[in-house]
Amino acid sequence: MKEQELIPHLFRTEYSKIVAVLSKLFGIEYMETAEDIVSDTFLLAAETWGLKGLPKNPTAWLYTVSKNKAIDFLRREKLFTGKIIPAIKPESISPEHEIDLSSKNINDSQLQMMFAICHPCIPTEAQIGLSLNILCGFGGEEIADAFLTNKETIYKRLARAKEKLRTEKVEIELPVQSEINSRLETVLTTLYLLFSEGYYSTSKNTILRKDLCIEAMRLNLMLIQNEQTNTAPANALLALMCFHSSRFEARTNQNGDIILYEEQDESLWNKELIEKGEHYLNCASTGTRLSKYHLEAAIAYWHTNKKDTKEKWENILQLYNKLLQIEYSPIAALNRTYALAKANGKEEAIIEAEKLGLSDDHLYHSLLGNLYSGLDNAKALQHFKTALALARSGTDRSAITKNIDRLNS
Amino acid sequence: MKEFLLVFRIDAAGQQSQVSPEQMQARMKLWQDWMGSIAAQNKLVSSGNRLTPEGRVVKANNVITNGPYVEIKEAIGGYIIIRADSLDEAAELSKGCPILNSGGNVEVRTVVPMD
Repeated sequence: MKEQELIPHLFRTEYSKIVAVLSKLFGIEYMETAEDIVSDTFLLAAETWGLKGLPKNPTAWLYTVSKNKAIDFLRREKLFTGKIIPAIKPESISPEHEIDLSSKNINDSQLQMMFAICHPCIPTEAQIGLSLNILCGFGGEEIADAFLTNKETIYKRLARAKEKLRTEKVEIELPVQSEINSRLETVLTTLYLLFSEGYYSTSKNTILRKDLCIEAMRLNLMLIQNEQTNTAPANALLALMCFHSSRFEARTNQNGDIILYEEQDESLWNKELIEKGEHYLNCASTGTRLSKYHLEAAIAYWHTNKKDTKEKWENILQLYNKLLQIEYSPIAALNRTYALAKANGKEEAIIEAEKLGLSDDHLYHSLLGNLYSGLDNAKALQHFKTALALARSGTDRSAITKNIDRLNS
Repeated sequence: MKEFLLVFRIDAAGQQSQVSPEQMQARMKLWQDWMGSIAAQNKLVSSGNRLTPEGRVVKANNVITNGPYVEIKEAIGGYIIIRADSLDEAAELSKGCPILNSGGNVEVRTVVPMD
């Protein structure tokens, strides 16, 4: 790897690890200090490596320098607190305190940090932003790009969330066993949204989008590798992510435009990820609770085989029936109706579709356009035109236009 | 939007005692499709519960009977809660209930919110 690429790469992989360990050591109120120390370390690396050449082991160099900076900070803190406010966190201000950057402590600290960030006192959007920032080493600009907003909004959002963590005195630790399941639910929601942000974002930056998905999977895997957080829903969520990401290469063209499922080249689907998904779905089949991740993972599993069979669509229909009973969402309602058309025919699905009450949604009109195609092309065209008028993103509009052209030809 | 309780009554005497797994599955599918349809309209509040046929009726003065068929021919087989604009709409939504195919009926009642 070339030097210009090495530092950004190390920043992505190491920044969040050192920040987690130092924040855990200092306490959450010093999280920004921890970030400053690590940023300074990277700045120093950029300067000295350029002049003196790369050290033998760049990662070890980063660890040593940030350790020294952390010890300096603790000494200064000790001086300050020793003179002015004694008895504040005496255990954390001893310079002799071991700064443990072993992979085990890095993992533990990041996992605990995940729970701190996904604390119920932090709004969901800020949880995702903080996760990207603190757990994944993303900068404000990248996060803004992923959320399709500007840097300033993101910086404000992150600062507010960090302030909240301080004032609420959130501890960087795993919740007690009795609280793990409910707290884990918030963590899983954040990971799910983080993944979706990457998978469904309309941002054309495909590399960034893929990174978001990979990070969500990495964090999810950390949950599974820890005995206390290795629950059935966590496995189901990872299975879901594996199945979806198996189609990553097939779902966009070179310009970053979305290629619809039906038109994808199956040979580009990643078999290894599909197998991993099956593995985690098997691991998820313990316990008695069926989470929405189980159902969504099972639906995604049926989509890993493109062949249309009665069995496939009947299964998908039943899974959507269950999913909607757990949690309503317009997209699940539309997808259920599509599955119904595939399983029982378009006529039945049209009757059901018209009951959905989603006439403001362009996807609703696209679905009806699709269902009426071949039965009543005039009606189909009308729905596609309404869909076109409602759709906002270029990707959606071009997909709808394609359907209109097909009907007109 | 108001909430409505749908109570499913079955003809207790007319029930087949033996149901094959295939019949069971076919029945489950009908129920799931019907409830899925209501849920897809964002009108399902609670999937409720199914009830077994046996029960006890407890009356004053420590009188307990094996019920509830002593007094009524029909037994409650289950219930769900839905959301609708009116009693008429709730009744309309009940028309697809699979219980109607096996001699049962649906009682639709308006839920009184407790504040």
